[in-house]
Amino acid sequence: MENITKRFGKVVANDHINLELREGEILSLLGENGSGKTTLMNMLSGIYFPDEGQIYVHGRPVTIASPKDAFDNGIGIIHQHFKLVDVFTATENIVLGLEGEGKFDLKAAGAKIAEICARYGFDIKPDQKIYDMSVSQKQTVEIVKVLYRGADVLILDEPTAVLTPQETDKLFDIMRAMKKDGKSLIIITHKLHEVLDVSDRVVVLRKGEYIGDVATKDADQQSLTDMMVGRSVSLNIDRPLPKDPKPRLEVKNLTVYDELGVKRLDDVSFTANSGEILGIAGVAGSGQKELLESISGLYPIRSGSIVFHDPDSGQDRELVGMDPLDIRKAGVGMAFVPEDRLGMGLVGSMGMTGNMMLRSWRQGKGPFINRKKPEQLANDIWQELEVVTPSTAFPVRRMSGGNVQKVLVGREIAQEPAVLMTAYAVRGLDINTSYTIYNLLTREKMKGIAVVYVGEDLDVLLELCDRLVVLCGGQVSGVVDARTITKEEVGLLMTQHRKEGA
Amino acid sequence: MSTVERSGHEPFIRMSKRGEMLPAGKAWGIRVLGFFLSLVVSGVVIIAISGLNPAAVFATMATGAFGSAKTSWVTIRDAMTLLCIAVGLAPAFKMRFWNIGAEGQILVGGIATAACMIYLKALPAPLLMLVMILASMIAGGLWGFFPGLFKARWNTNETLFTLMMNYIAIQLTSFFVATWENPYGSNSVGIINMQKKQGWLPNLFSQGYNGDYGWNVVIVLLVTLVMYLYMNHSKHGYEIAVIGDSENTARYAGIRVNRAYVRTIVLSGAICGLAGFVAVSGASHTISTSTAGGRGFTAIIVAWLAQFNSVVMIIFSFLLVVLQKGAQAIASAYNLSQEVSQIMTGIILFFLLGSEFFVNYTIHFRGKKVAS
Repeated sequence: MENITKRFGKVVANDHINLELREGEILSLLGENGSGKTTLMNMLSGIYFPDEGQIYVHGRPVTIASPKDAFDNGIGIIHQHFKLVDVFTATENIVLGLEGEGKFDLKAAGAKIAEICARYGFDIKPDQKIYDMSVSQKQTVEIVKVLYRGADVLILDEPTAVLTPQETDKLFDIMRAMKKDGKSLIIITHKLHEVLDVSDRVVVLRKGEYIGDVATKDADQQSLTDMMVGRSVSLNIDRPLPKDPKPRLEVKNLTVYDELGVKRLDDVSFTANSGEILGIAGVAGSGQKELLESISGLYPIRSGSIVFHDPDSGQDRELVGMDPLDIRKAGVGMAFVPEDRLGMGLVGSMGMTGNMMLRSWRQGKGPFINRKKPEQLANDIWQELEVVTPSTAFPVRRMSGGNVQKVLVGREIAQEPAVLMTAYAVRGLDINTSYTIYNLLTREKMKGIAVVYVGEDLDVLLELCDRLVVLCGGQVSGVVDARTITKEEVGLLMTQHRKEGA
Repeated sequence: MSTVERSGHEPFIRMSKRGEMLPAGKAWGIRVLGFFLSLVVSGVVIIAISGLNPAAVFATMATGAFGSAKTSWVTIRDAMTLLCIAVGLAPAFKMRFWNIGAEGQILVGGIATAACMIYLKALPAPLLMLVMILASMIAGGLWGFFPGLFKARWNTNETLFTLMMNYIAIQLTSFFVATWENPYGSNSVGIINMQKKQGWLPNLFSQGYNGDYGWNVVIVLLVTLVMYLYMNHSKHGYEIAVIGDSENTARYAGIRVNRAYVRTIVLSGAICGLAGFVAVSGASHTISTSTAGGRGFTAIIVAWLAQFNSVVMIIFSFLLVVLQKGAQAIASAYNLSQEVSQIMTGIILFFLLGSEFFVNYTIHFRGKKVAS
């Protein structure tokens, strides 16, 4: 890619970027949110078209104006969110959308897929249905899909976000096997240790500009972070000892079922203490979402109890059976940063002010709404957390992911809660913003707030939290001390039941 | 900045989303431009299919809508009725509750008004007026209540439900037309209270009836203003906006979504019922199955075009009514069929909706440098 420039209005997303991908190498693309990684990859895969510059494949200038052009040039992208039909088999999904002459030979396709799987060591069966597969197997299907179409350049957009450490290791083995076979791979990830682990070379982007590339063997976490951020950043999460921990929220024997009657939480019990950060670890979909929504009154509870110990009055309150409004009216200070930021925590079409009102709209007498205080709060958060937005009226949907999260977390903390729950608070955020969030959470902890942190990055969970609750298939498979347990031990707890079941 | 030679296979035309919001003035400039372009295209179409001078045709249309004081008042009156319905629909649609049932809500509001005129004509005029307004709003509100309740309780599809309620309202109207038939055998209600004009909305600026429609304007503009405040500055209005964006966010924020659904659709139906009052007491003084006359659907276009802003709806109600009146005028003046007006309405709406594209996207042509 030569001199690639892409602008969105006045914003220059990519500024004269030169990127070279060699045959048979794994290249990491590193950069903060909004540094232009995704934009650059989207131009390679035909979703955007560059304003300036030229793309070459094997030295030939090419035009990539559609995803089909990308495939024709052997470029395939594996998106973070899978695009698979659940009720189809792996084979059917892989050949879906391919044009061919005459009758389609599904058997031949199946054989070719089996051959690809054997070559790189994929463990999927071609005639297995997607809904029977684990997340990692679905990802494998996506990779095979791209290979089947003859791609020799593969782009993986945050592939490890949904995987356990063990699954990640397996994926990296597969990537190395593909590299040996002469394929070129680009991996986008925020996790530096993975970058160091798997890639040969690292390219760093910052604010749309190409900063440089380094051979992975000459880099370490600190040097990469400094390149990315543009100044020296401390990579240590400050973890003071819990401050006067007392039970604040007690969950006992909680069991919930979803709409389809599937058990999502099975007899879950734990205590969240004031002045400490309680981490919730688990593979995605192990019941984390249901747990937090149950506590905040958004999920129907079959049985169990959730008791809140009010620090002001010293009284206990049973939260089961209350809806979010009841909980607020009862004076339970509960803040919740949900996983689905725009779909649950914020109103995408409104600006910062409108979103501040989500927590305060009921205040004040009379039928009319008070905009002054939320406007003030929006301005405070805008400045204090350095949110990038043209105004407090600019729709949050059009902000970048990190800024959206700052708005959400800022609002929740501003409520001065007694319990602060966060779900995947740093998902998709860059290092700098992530550390801002970690520091905010630690600050809240030191104020004596019970912080519940649902996370996916084990390294962070082990560095940030005081105790960990490990969930596996809706059950608690362990409550452990985050200061002493190892990553491998947690990884085993996360998958315990799956192993027993197999 | 160096100019990189492209190998000439850049796509000829491509579009991209604007990086930031256009200033409001510019956005409205695009819309006004779109409107004028649509008039040009309409003119070309008129020449092509009829050979008439488009300037003369447009002049005839203007005369048809504003030719005399009387025609102007009729145009204003009809625009106000349409506005009233659109203002009523806006809260429901903003909440993403697809209220297709305005036709029925207007009709039941009209039936209630007519019933008051027939049975309560002994009441003093101001009291009768008040009773009619309340009755029409209760009837319309009731017509909204059932779909709202079913949606909240059993999550039924409100589009189908409100649509079906229209047919019930039409049958109900037929029933009352038969009951109140006057003169016997005419199969119509005729003009109600022809002699003493009880329950007729009087003139505002002069004595008598049907001279001006000032009261229609006052009532509807008052409702528009109140609804503007309700939607933009009240707690309920905020709830509606949040629910319309995301029901989950609403529940998260402690909004009782089901309650808000029922409350809002009842309000929506009540204002549409009030439009029935305006149509019967303020205009036709009779009731028939064509009292709503498709305006319950036209108003949906008005509400969406104005993006649920009650004040902007004033412009679009006038636009659509003027077009319709103008079309009737050219139909009779040039012996054209009324479908010409539908073509023109179609062209204008196409351009107006098309300008939204240009408000949100920019176009790049091949070879042209994008300005930094």
